[in-house]
Amino acid sequence: MNTPLLSVKDLTVQFRTAKGPITAVDGIDLTLERGEVLGIIGESGSGKSVTMRALLRILPEAKTTISGNLLLDGKDALSLKGRDLASYRGGDVSMVFQEPATALDPVYTIGTQIAETVRRHRKVSRKDAQARALEMLELVRIPSPASRLGNYPHEMSGGMRQRAMIALALAAGPKLLLADEPTTALDATVQIQVILLLRELQKEMGMATIFVTHDVGVAAEISDRIAVMYAGRIVETGTAADVLKNPKHPYTQGLLSSTVQGAKPGAPIKAIPGMPPDLAQMPPGCAFAPRCPLATSTCQAAVPDLRTQGAARRVACVKVEEIA
Amino acid sequence: MTDQSLPSHAAPALSASSLNKTFTVRGNGLGKPARHVHAVSDFSFDLPTGSTLGIVGESGCGKSTTARLLMHLVEPDSGQIRLSGEPVGTAKRDLKQFRRKVQMVFQDSSASLNPRLTIEQSITFAPMVHGVSAKEARETAWRLLDRVGLDPARFAGRYPHELSGGQRQRVNIARALALNPKVVIFDEAVSALDKSVEAQVLNLLNELKAEFGLSYIFISHDLNVVRYISDHVLVMYLGQVVEQGPVEQIYAAPRHPYTRALLASMPSADPDQRTMAAPISGDPPSPIDLPPGCRFAPRCAFAEGICNTMPYELRHGDARVRCHISDPQSGHSKAEAAQ
Repeated sequence: MNTPLLSVKDLTVQFRTAKGPITAVDGIDLTLERGEVLGIIGESGSGKSVTMRALLRILPEAKTTISGNLLLDGKDALSLKGRDLASYRGGDVSMVFQEPATALDPVYTIGTQIAETVRRHRKVSRKDAQARALEMLELVRIPSPASRLGNYPHEMSGGMRQRAMIALALAAGPKLLLADEPTTALDATVQIQVILLLRELQKEMGMATIFVTHDVGVAAEISDRIAVMYAGRIVETGTAADVLKNPKHPYTQGLLSSTVQGAKPGAPIKAIPGMPPDLAQMPPGCAFAPRCPLATSTCQAAVPDLRTQGAARRVACVKVEEIA
Repeated sequence: MTDQSLPSHAAPALSASSLNKTFTVRGNGLGKPARHVHAVSDFSFDLPTGSTLGIVGESGCGKSTTARLLMHLVEPDSGQIRLSGEPVGTAKRDLKQFRRKVQMVFQDSSASLNPRLTIEQSITFAPMVHGVSAKEARETAWRLLDRVGLDPARFAGRYPHELSGGQRQRVNIARALALNPKVVIFDEAVSALDKSVEAQVLNLLNELKAEFGLSYIFISHDLNVVRYISDHVLVMYLGQVVEQGPVEQIYAAPRHPYTRALLASMPSADPDQRTMAAPISGDPPSPIDLPPGCRFAPRCAFAEGICNTMPYELRHGDARVRCHISDPQSGHSKAEAAQ
């Protein structure tokens, strides 16, 4: 078997703050094959967005320490500098952000922004870059694409802007697409359109995708595999069907049983007590132990490793054998 | 005011009839004419005492304007709001009494708390304005903090920035209850919370409703949450109610094409049964300068010539639907036969 497209080993991201270092991502491992979609689910502060920003190398260097290994297509992405780093960002890896209204530049038209990206990453003429921009808008199914090229971001609706953002991200033909909550800010009827679009484009262009979301339903719609993050660590990974239909980690179980989807109206929801820990004051051992119904003193002894459970399944819980 | 007077069972806790609100966007004085935003049109509902009315819709459909109209934060152009059957006056004194009975919890838990007031000060502020003694207000505040799951000894003296989003929203709920209201309006009150915290807050809301004899209006874009918490649901599109009825009936057998599309747009949550096609295309249009006919017609798969006229809101069992297809007399080719 050939090497995976993306291989992340022991990735740790620390922020230097006035109150001392905060570990936002704590030793995570990820692998991603070509053409595969990985969904990362977790709550705010779980480190999912920081992981994405670390993969794209856009965290502010002055305030962050990144350690571990990050190989994209055999290339060590953590040692990249200068022009190589600039080519990596947007060329090899690109990102779709949650809020296209702030991610797009308000003073340039959509067409100019896409053409600029194309010219930066490919040696093409201005005219060819414009043609590519038009092609991209057609690809993301923006109605009357030729006239939309001349639009500024504020002249478009939310769904249209997110399509433009996707067109921009895909313009240079990246190997890996990072999507950070790309449908969260959209209306329900638009969200499903954008999910379906991303799913189609991903199949068509064959790029690997990491899709971050807090919405289990959205993750189910798009992911082949799912990783669940809690307090900067991955607590469970597996195929989407395995993780969502037969969760093994107590946190995943709690997360799934606390959704109102399918809950009997009016009947109490099985909510997880408490709230996620403060990253500056992490509990010893398993970070979920203070909220976990199964926790014992062993859980506080050490951070549990991700252990293999069956085919593609890995769970970080010392009690996993006891869980039915 | 005699708060202890027996509630009349016939009168709903809160009701509105034919509310209208149009905002005017000024022209620029250089020939660009003024335009009109039809935020809420012909809006009527009854909220029976002790029940929860859910309002769903996408951005720009008028959900939040509706909430502000009901609170009299925005004055309607026409129409009337009744509290326990009594019309609400517009004099300052009447509004003060009204707002005591109807409270609101907003989406942004930090923007809706004064950053310079401690939690206790925030909760006691309104009761003291309404003439409750400081001592009594403080006792109520501590009791309510305890009730919403925040230890008063630890939290009463803190400032909003020292709390998490979920804790702040609990404070907002305690503050809303401090005046002993009859109706609480939640405008996307759980939307900004994490899923595990959202579940805790929803459980709390259900408990409080029974305990304090409240009636809720629950505005949200999240269809799952609305289904869970509501007895009745009201679906809005571009300022109009397109369908309303008992929650199970609307979710099990939606009649309006927009309601059907909205429900079909919910992600499936089952990786083996993914959504294969988007129910409708495009974004909800802007509510500025709307065409005269059915407002959903431009995105509707069943639109015909007749849809250029405004359909009536018609009763179907316990539900009401505003669509020509549901009107046997409309002349729409798909119209249901008269029963």
